[in-house]
Amino acid sequence: MAKILKVALLIWMTIVIWAAIIYAPPAQLFRVASLARIMFFHIPCAMTATVLSVASAGFALLFLSTKDLNFDVKSRAAAALATLYWILTTITGAIFAKEEWGMYWNWDPKQSAILLLILIYLAYFALRSAVVDRRKQALVAAGYTLFAAVIMPFLTFVLPNTTQSLHPKGVIFSSDGMDITYKLIFWSSTFGFLALTYWIYKVQTALETIALHQGAV
Amino acid sequence: MRVEMRSRQAIGATLLFSLVTLCVLSFLLALKSVHLDVDAALLWIVLFFSAMSGLSRVFVREEELGTADALRLNLVPTALLAGKMMFNWLLLAAIELVVTPLLFIALGAPLGSTDYMLLLTVLFLGGLGLAAASTFVAALVAPASAGGVRSSLFLILSFPVLLPLLLPACTGTLAALSPITAAAGTAANECIVLACFDTVVITASFLLFGYTWGVG
Repeated sequence: MAKILKVALLIWMTIVIWAAIIYAPPAQLFRVASLARIMFFHIPCAMTATVLSVASAGFALLFLSTKDLNFDVKSRAAAALATLYWILTTITGAIFAKEEWGMYWNWDPKQSAILLLILIYLAYFALRSAVVDRRKQALVAAGYTLFAAVIMPFLTFVLPNTTQSLHPKGVIFSSDGMDITYKLIFWSSTFGFLALTYWIYKVQTALETIALHQGAV
Repeated sequence: MRVEMRSRQAIGATLLFSLVTLCVLSFLLALKSVHLDVDAALLWIVLFFSAMSGLSRVFVREEELGTADALRLNLVPTALLAGKMMFNWLLLAAIELVVTPLLFIALGAPLGSTDYMLLLTVLFLGGLGLAAASTFVAALVAPASAGGVRSSLFLILSFPVLLPLLLPACTGTLAALSPITAAAGTAANECIVLACFDTVVITASFLLFGYTWGVG
């Protein structure tokens, strides 16, 4: 069953990539019409990263309330994947920004926020690697995750809105943002990204759980 | 907690650190005309790095001397955090009081038109948030093994969580320095953001500290 799902995912993502690059018509109102296709990968990346970040903080909270190291393993795996996806989001965004807005980096509010998010995750892993004791490491890592999580709203909502963002608002969820072909490909892509990520996450946590139990023996 | 007060050399070293930074800036920028927004940014850069140099000592020292476990046994974590935070805040307030006037005099900021009430409010709220967040992060890096890594780790961990404080603090300081009073509305906004930040950081620190510190 698991194998069938994995093959189905392969076919699904192949179709998404084909549809995004070849099938979808060039978008209107863009400087380089074909470049709008990067949105089929950029936004799902960002959405997946958001889900992973929230999951990581959730598992950190669960760890602190139960002191069960398995939750810490999950939190770390989600954080590692979140870092990867935030970096991918930044790169795809920068490619688009160069063509559409003129520069790779514009100090757009979302760009500033994402930079800080990546810095937080890098700091998180630096902290983990510096604390040798497994239990203490889990405690301080969870503490930092949650501390950063409560400060995040200041970055993503309070501060960025004080300057004008280049990112459009309400394109994804409003009815007149994208036409039906684009919507279909976009949500298929998002689903594919989430499924693929869940798979990677499962493998990662399985590996780390084994390592955890070996360490305990 | 008043034990901290006895560590004179720590207080002196931190104060001297900020004074040296101040002198570096003054010499490099001597007799140059500096924009007001640069003044405001420089002030917060000096304060940020002073905090980074001095405020991690409170917990690191306990680990180094091996007294951390005694504190774990004998004190309610929140009382410990309150004491450490209070000390850091007082230290930072002292730095602010020394550095701010000297920096503005050295850089030739137009002090006649400064809104002192606003400046003090921004310094008060900004210093409180800076001290509170640094204290919590200091407790996180204290168990880090290698001593040399700790101070840079402290900086790495603090910067992203402190940036949401530094930005409005900087804008608020600029508004206080700027002779144009039209900025008063935005300045009030910045103060509200700072106050919210302080509240969130202090609350979160007290909620989380028991967990991150408690188990030895």
